[in-house]
Amino acid sequence: MPEEFRLILKKADEPGYTPDIDCYMSHGGYESLKKALAIQPKEIEDGKTKTPQEQIRDEVMTSGLRGRGGAGFSCGLKWSFVDRRSGKPIYLICNADESEPGTFKDRQIIHKDPHQLVEGMIISAFANDVNLAYIYIRGEFPNGAKLLNKALNEAREKGFLGKNILGSGFDLEIHVHRGAGAYICGEETGLIESLEGKRAYPRIKPPFFPAVLGLYMCPTIVNNVETLCAVRHIIEMGGAEYAKLGTPRNTGTRIVSLSGQVKKPGYYEIEVGKVTLGELIFHENFGGGLREGRSLKAVIPGGSSAKVLKAGEKFNMKRPNKDGEMESVEVDMLDIPYDFDSLMAAGTMSGSSAIIVMDDSVDIVDVLANVSAFYAHESCGQCTPCREGSLWMSKALNRLTSGKGRKEDAEYLTHIATNIQGRTICAFGEASSWPVLSFVKKFKDEFEAKGAAVQPAEGEPNKEGAATAAK
Amino acid sequence: MSLNVPQTLEAEIDELITHYPEKRSASVMLLHAIQEHFGYVSKEAIEWIASKLELKPINVYELVTFYPMFRQEPAGKYVVKVCRTLSCALGGSGKLHGHICSKLGLDSRKHGLQTASDGKFSVEFVECLASCGTAPVMMINDDFYEGVSHERADEIMGKCQ
Repeated sequence: MPEEFRLILKKADEPGYTPDIDCYMSHGGYESLKKALAIQPKEIEDGKTKTPQEQIRDEVMTSGLRGRGGAGFSCGLKWSFVDRRSGKPIYLICNADESEPGTFKDRQIIHKDPHQLVEGMIISAFANDVNLAYIYIRGEFPNGAKLLNKALNEAREKGFLGKNILGSGFDLEIHVHRGAGAYICGEETGLIESLEGKRAYPRIKPPFFPAVLGLYMCPTIVNNVETLCAVRHIIEMGGAEYAKLGTPRNTGTRIVSLSGQVKKPGYYEIEVGKVTLGELIFHENFGGGLREGRSLKAVIPGGSSAKVLKAGEKFNMKRPNKDGEMESVEVDMLDIPYDFDSLMAAGTMSGSSAIIVMDDSVDIVDVLANVSAFYAHESCGQCTPCREGSLWMSKALNRLTSGKGRKEDAEYLTHIATNIQGRTICAFGEASSWPVLSFVKKFKDEFEAKGAAVQPAEGEPNKEGAATAAK
Repeated sequence: MSLNVPQTLEAEIDELITHYPEKRSASVMLLHAIQEHFGYVSKEAIEWIASKLELKPINVYELVTFYPMFRQEPAGKYVVKVCRTLSCALGGSGKLHGHICSKLGLDSRKHGLQTASDGKFSVEFVECLASCGTAPVMMINDDFYEGVSHERADEIMGKCQ
């Protein structure tokens, strides 16, 4: 039976569990930090030694941990790219900007178990020789920022932060930095610009890979809240043990945010790949299915930037057969295992692990209009294709939803989206065009029907009057 | 006209600046502190922050116009933010926003922050507040409310004195 597997959220919802340090420590908190700081240099072949820091980084690599923020990039690899020879300080930034529509997992950690994040950050900072770190938290979490500041103060009092932490000789300071309502700050180079006190205009890569030229042009690691929490557990249980959770290449646990038209929306922590998309929506241990009398229409599987999946869609995927050989099998969208690689194979992504469910009561054009309005509002304005294109798409969709659409609008939307993706500095271009491309392609008839519903009389411009007459 | 920043606030601001190796980094945090105290970011406030951080006023002004949370006009005592984005929209946030607007005599189709004539409430239809599983959600100042029905909105707003 598919079940939740709680690792990061194991304690958070227990009755009586509070966000203060005494509660955290009475539940084994900061033991992983003590363990990490007590690691001794290890002799390897040829008389060489491995530093404690290298050993922790090895554990994270062994764990197979992939970033929980959206891209799913290997955390161990990301850390390995850090330029450690530049002589410049190395910075760690926790990305707590949680703003991908559909996502509300980091909110749970920040508000219910902030010390888990702090501990994960201290260990990650130690492993990467970081002495100054920031938590970039979205402006809309004012109470979350207060809780984190309180947690940091408590940690300072106990000697887990500051100079010579627990007598190890390691110094670290962490500060909370608040954003102010801009989605683009979730993009790591935009976040860095924002933390430098500028508009959050993402930087072009190359050359501005944060691992080399990040905050103040110094090597910088940007990790998501959940990723940093996972590091704490990797140290506790060991990288190899952690890697046994989940499935090969998709290890560990993930907190899935489930919202939209399901009976039991909420957050569910699962072993990655052990539960299917359909189980997350329909099983009683998770979403519990749709409302009475409704049928499934579409699912956005990884936050609003992910390409939509249409109910009944089938994909060819490689699966091992009973002899262990890989063979191509047809898989229904509901039977896709919820992990990074399977959703990618289905042409979409698990993104920030946010599932938005839509039943047959929705108007799919309205849904895309809502999504596109978000991107039009949030484009930072730096690259022309995105700044102009996101607004054009939103305008065309508004035209369709207000009864003033044109038959060719479906084509027009696809045309604009195709000209945004791949032509911008950051991935926002894709984030704004993928929903449009996938919705229009998979529900083309509905877009065309909307566009054809009202046609201006020949030689007449399309006017307000036409829309009113049709109502 | 210069800005009258009380000593305690200035001390708080000076402490914030020490968090960063480069002063400029503190600008958004200073804007938050100033807006929390004065209710909005005035031209004088922009100049004050710029001089505090050894920047040009334009360096601060361009942040005020970029980050949606900052406003250049005073708002009501209570700022109501209703989430507009998809999951909340599927959960009825459009109707919730409409209900609150009509209650306050405001036009729900208008963009941006609007303030009711009595100056007590301002309302804005904002992008995702990251609590999609409990739609529709709203914030009033720093407080956060989940699964808000029209009745519940009336009740919560009734308690705002």
